[in-house]
Amino acid sequence: MSKHHVSTTVNGDAVEFLCETRQTLLDVLRDELGMTGTKEGCGTGDCGACSVTIDGRLVCACLVLGVEARGCAVCTIEGMAEGDHLHVLQRKFLEHAALQCGICTPGFLVAARSLLERNPDPSEEEVRYWLAGNLCRCTGYQKIIEAVLDAAREMRGA
Amino acid sequence: MLTRTNNADKELKVVGTRPVRPDGEAKVTGQARYGADYSAPGMLWAKILRSPHAHARIRAIDASAALALPGVKAVLTGADFKEQPFEYVGPERVAVNYWHMTRNVMAREKVLYEGHAVAAVAAISPATAEAALQLIKVDYEVLPHVIDVDAAMRPDAPLLFDDMITRGIEPAPAKPSNISKRVEFRLGDVEAGFAAADAVVEMSFKTAPVHQGYIEPHSCLARIGADGQGELWSASQGHFVVRAYTAKLLGMEIGDLLVHPAEIGGGFGGKTVVYVEPVAAALSKKTGHPVKIMMSREDVFKATGPTSGASMTVKIGVTRDGKIVAGQGLFKFQAGAFPGSPVMNACMCAFAPYDIANVNTIGYDVVSNRPKSAAYRAPGSPISAFAVESVLDILATRIGMDPLQLRLKNAARAGTPTAYGPRHAHDGYAETIQALQLHPAYKAPLGKNQGRGVASGFWFNGGGESAANVHVNEDGGVVIATGSMDIGGSRASMAMMAAETLGVPYDKVRSIVADTGSVGYNHVTGGSRVTFATGMAVVDACNKVIDDLRGRAALIWDVDVAGVVWEDGHAQPASAAVGDFKPLSLAAIAAKRGVTGGPIVAEAAVNAGGMAPGFATQFCDVEVDPETGAVKILRFVAAQDVGRAIHPSYVEGQIQGGVVQGIGWALNEEYIYNQAGRLSNAGFLDYRIPVASDLPNIDVVMVEVPNPNHPFGVKGAGEVNIVPVMAAIANAIQQATGRRLTELPMSPPKVLAAIDAGA
Repeated sequence: MSKHHVSTTVNGDAVEFLCETRQTLLDVLRDELGMTGTKEGCGTGDCGACSVTIDGRLVCACLVLGVEARGCAVCTIEGMAEGDHLHVLQRKFLEHAALQCGICTPGFLVAARSLLERNPDPSEEEVRYWLAGNLCRCTGYQKIIEAVLDAAREMRGA
Repeated sequence: MLTRTNNADKELKVVGTRPVRPDGEAKVTGQARYGADYSAPGMLWAKILRSPHAHARIRAIDASAALALPGVKAVLTGADFKEQPFEYVGPERVAVNYWHMTRNVMAREKVLYEGHAVAAVAAISPATAEAALQLIKVDYEVLPHVIDVDAAMRPDAPLLFDDMITRGIEPAPAKPSNISKRVEFRLGDVEAGFAAADAVVEMSFKTAPVHQGYIEPHSCLARIGADGQGELWSASQGHFVVRAYTAKLLGMEIGDLLVHPAEIGGGFGGKTVVYVEPVAAALSKKTGHPVKIMMSREDVFKATGPTSGASMTVKIGVTRDGKIVAGQGLFKFQAGAFPGSPVMNACMCAFAPYDIANVNTIGYDVVSNRPKSAAYRAPGSPISAFAVESVLDILATRIGMDPLQLRLKNAARAGTPTAYGPRHAHDGYAETIQALQLHPAYKAPLGKNQGRGVASGFWFNGGGESAANVHVNEDGGVVIATGSMDIGGSRASMAMMAAETLGVPYDKVRSIVADTGSVGYNHVTGGSRVTFATGMAVVDACNKVIDDLRGRAALIWDVDVAGVVWEDGHAQPASAAVGDFKPLSLAAIAAKRGVTGGPIVAEAAVNAGGMAPGFATQFCDVEVDPETGAVKILRFVAAQDVGRAIHPSYVEGQIQGGVVQGIGWALNEEYIYNQAGRLSNAGFLDYRIPVASDLPNIDVVMVEVPNPNHPFGVKGAGEVNIVPVMAAIANAIQQATGRRLTELPMSPPKVLAAIDAGA
């Protein structure tokens, strides 16, 4: 079983890895690149815990093969903060207590950033529908929604 | 010796504020390490072969082909675990039987449910381990199976255990059955009570098993050395309990196993037991390599604990003026493949919110060919509350009384007797009802196809064993270490209670969860016990440190220790008579630690009693689509007595989260089995938990009736919030449609069928 050599970009850095055909991008990130911030909740694209972006498109990393990342720009939770400055969404999640166990948090943050890039002024309903692919079992979602809306406000300078 | 400070009346500076949690930054940047995030040099990957049958005898297992596959290092079966004595250990309500536990971890004579672990393989890669599983030949003799609880109780039902004689019946039955246990609680005389009633309603209900649904599948990494010393990285609700169970199943000394607390990605009761840890440890022992196991989501659904489904009948009688005079309940709970459903809790909690002179509850713990049930948020109580609170709603309508008023009139208070023995020792329930009576939305008008439902709930809340260490650093900062897993912000609440006690700012306290070798025993993070019990250990340890600091200040000043008080984070002279000394801060005393006795440390341990129960009262507004039967939650208002909220945001979060889990239980979630006894919906696509777009905001009303037995008045807040939800929604659907739903989940087909049946 020979492996594939893949060159890609992860969080702005050029990265090379070897992977089996069957390995998903999620497997590659976690097991080959040691980037365990992207979480596995289901492996079937139903929970959103492994949300990443590929060339700006929000995807479940468990539904993408590692080889498909060839030549793409992958963004994960590890690339969200800039140096020691948390992204506004990360800070708002903390201020609003928008996480309890925190396992779904990386996925929610990546998905929420993707929303705010497209729509800087979403309504509560738009936030709820955009994040409907991300499961959280702890919070009942409310503080997550509040954190995203508050982050959007701050990012707009409102 | 414990030092008690009741700070409930003191002006608090830290408790009640909303600081950022200590572990927050790591969790929003992806740096926090959960169970699956650990790996080790030379690590092997293990996979578990699971039964395709609901019930079968294992005639033989042939692993030779698997072992011959290059890269495979070991195969493990039930025969690799030592036999355990058949005995129930511990208090009846939470008794453990290791004979059952070892068989649930790895089947022996029979497989008892689809997904039951049969063998495990350790190999150099996940793909190799997966390929090896396909090469293991298991010779099964398929047996008749039984899924439903009522069917499992019939005399002609297929038996899971040929020698199971029902416990709790005198004289003991002569024949074996699937009924593991019968429990009964009695207060007064229910027949006399019903005779005095003006209105009596008796009704039967069914609930489906629902999964805890934590987003993180069970995962662990184990390393057992040739010297018998082992380490385990595991995401659980209690690493001390994981250590005890794993050591027991492997025949190890407890002290030979060090368990590191990985961050836990949700548990809700389901991670208080072991599944993969003993398997990984045994494979590591066998291979000499570290071994990692990650369950798939399908494994989680098929092989880990949902809570019980139930079949039950409840009868309640009230007088014309709304006094409940008798309550009776029969509760039959699916335990899953091994005994241990929470039916006893259900029997105890069913009528606990009410002052009723005559109560009788009977419960049956029944095995069937399903995964063994595990604890789930206030285990048992939400199930019996669904029946009791539904019947109360009917009675309120029947006698023309507002449902909140009916509950208030009968609310248990301190001194009210319970069917299970002790009298209530705390108020708090009536206050939750009164809070909703004053809520403006309670009187808001409803539209077409809309209804409003009310329900209440009770949960014991836990105390128990916890230990904590406090260290004062060389620069005067503080580290507190407990052994209680942080699932939802407990590091923050521990740091806040320590800061408040010591009189130092929150950001001077670092709060950690220590491994099993670095702090004393802590029982699981469960039963809503941690902020209460572990919080007491933290406060006790801080008070010991304060006594030490006062002694050191007395040494420095050369005065008697009685002349030194600790105020605002400083040692101060108790009065001018002691002398004119400048207050000494923690940092100042820490700087002189070398000449005053060395490092400043304290530890404290508690077996905490004095916990106060949780009471919750809720109402919700729903709209039912008469075309589809879909129920939309328009509004949900949840009142709960929390004693005192240490970090109000995380208390609100517990209540919002519990309510939403209840909404899923009420409307969507269920285990669906096919004719062969196989689970048809073992994934998040078909087992649909609530998503953000399903829900309104959950309006939380925190009621604070302090618990006098806790230094800051804490009552457990994590669980009771789920108890009333299903009944509140059923009662709202009744008002919206005129139909009484008695079976969960109240999914669109069932609601539509109920509407059509009445049309």
